[in-house]
Amino acid sequence: MADERTIGAEGKPFEMDVERGKIRELARATLSSHPAYMDDEHPVCPPTFLTTTFFWEERAPGSNPWHLVHLDPQRGMHAEQEYVFHGPPPRAGTRLVCRSRIESVFHKEGRRGGTLTFAVMVTEFRDATTGVLVAEARMTGVETEKPPEAQP
Amino acid sequence: MTARWDELEPGATAPERRVGPLTRTDFVRYQGASGDMNPVHHDEVFARAAGYDAPLGVGMFHAGVMATWATDWLGPENVRGFKVRWKEPVWPGDVLTIGGRVAKRTEKDGERRVEVEIVCTRQTGGVAAQATAVFVVPASG
Repeated sequence: MADERTIGAEGKPFEMDVERGKIRELARATLSSHPAYMDDEHPVCPPTFLTTTFFWEERAPGSNPWHLVHLDPQRGMHAEQEYVFHGPPPRAGTRLVCRSRIESVFHKEGRRGGTLTFAVMVTEFRDATTGVLVAEARMTGVETEKPPEAQP
Repeated sequence: MTARWDELEPGATAPERRVGPLTRTDFVRYQGASGDMNPVHHDEVFARAAGYDAPLGVGMFHAGVMATWATDWLGPENVRGFKVRWKEPVWPGDVLTIGGRVAKRTEKDGERRVEVEIVCTRQTGGVAAQATAVFVVPASG
């Protein structure tokens, strides 16, 4: 069961470099061949690129407060994901300073009975040089009372 | 070329994109790129032990393809928001159809924006994911 006392818990800031090769890799993996990603010397990143914080936060102990929530991995699912950009998405060559916090933990009755527990983590991305907020990510995880349904 | 403002009335669409049949390779390529190496998406033994018949599709993979559909239409540099909600699982062998339409458009402080609704549908007719994306439409467009 997720722990509501973690609301407001904040991770340590961590750095992330937006890199051209990584943009090309993620664009290819999401079946894009757009020249703005593939050919531009300083491409903008794709809309879901900031998910690659995986590579940066794991090298920065204490940066990811998500595990504090204790959603059961057997019954947990990624329910919703949002990215907001306050201008064009960050370009290759940008160094970002990222910081995550637990925004909310709440419960809802499921459609088929049982209580669903939701947890939301927000990550802010600032330009490391200017300090300007360039993007935000909002991840919603859900824990069901039973394991997710298997293949129908 | 990206779409022009006068073409982006509410209800305006772009051609659907069909993707698949999805392979385990699609999932693995995405996982390697994203850094999310959850074995339930590629390790058959692990997936079966978790109660699935096959590796579970990666939600962020088809979310990313939905984003690709939108940036192909409206331009990678113009995106200002993307929000996805997953509805039902996707499996190897699935054929996904991605399409959408302009839900609304706004003009504020001289900046033109469109909000696009995107749907990812499985070959069964089941909806795998729904998304909304926000794009600016440059004045020259």
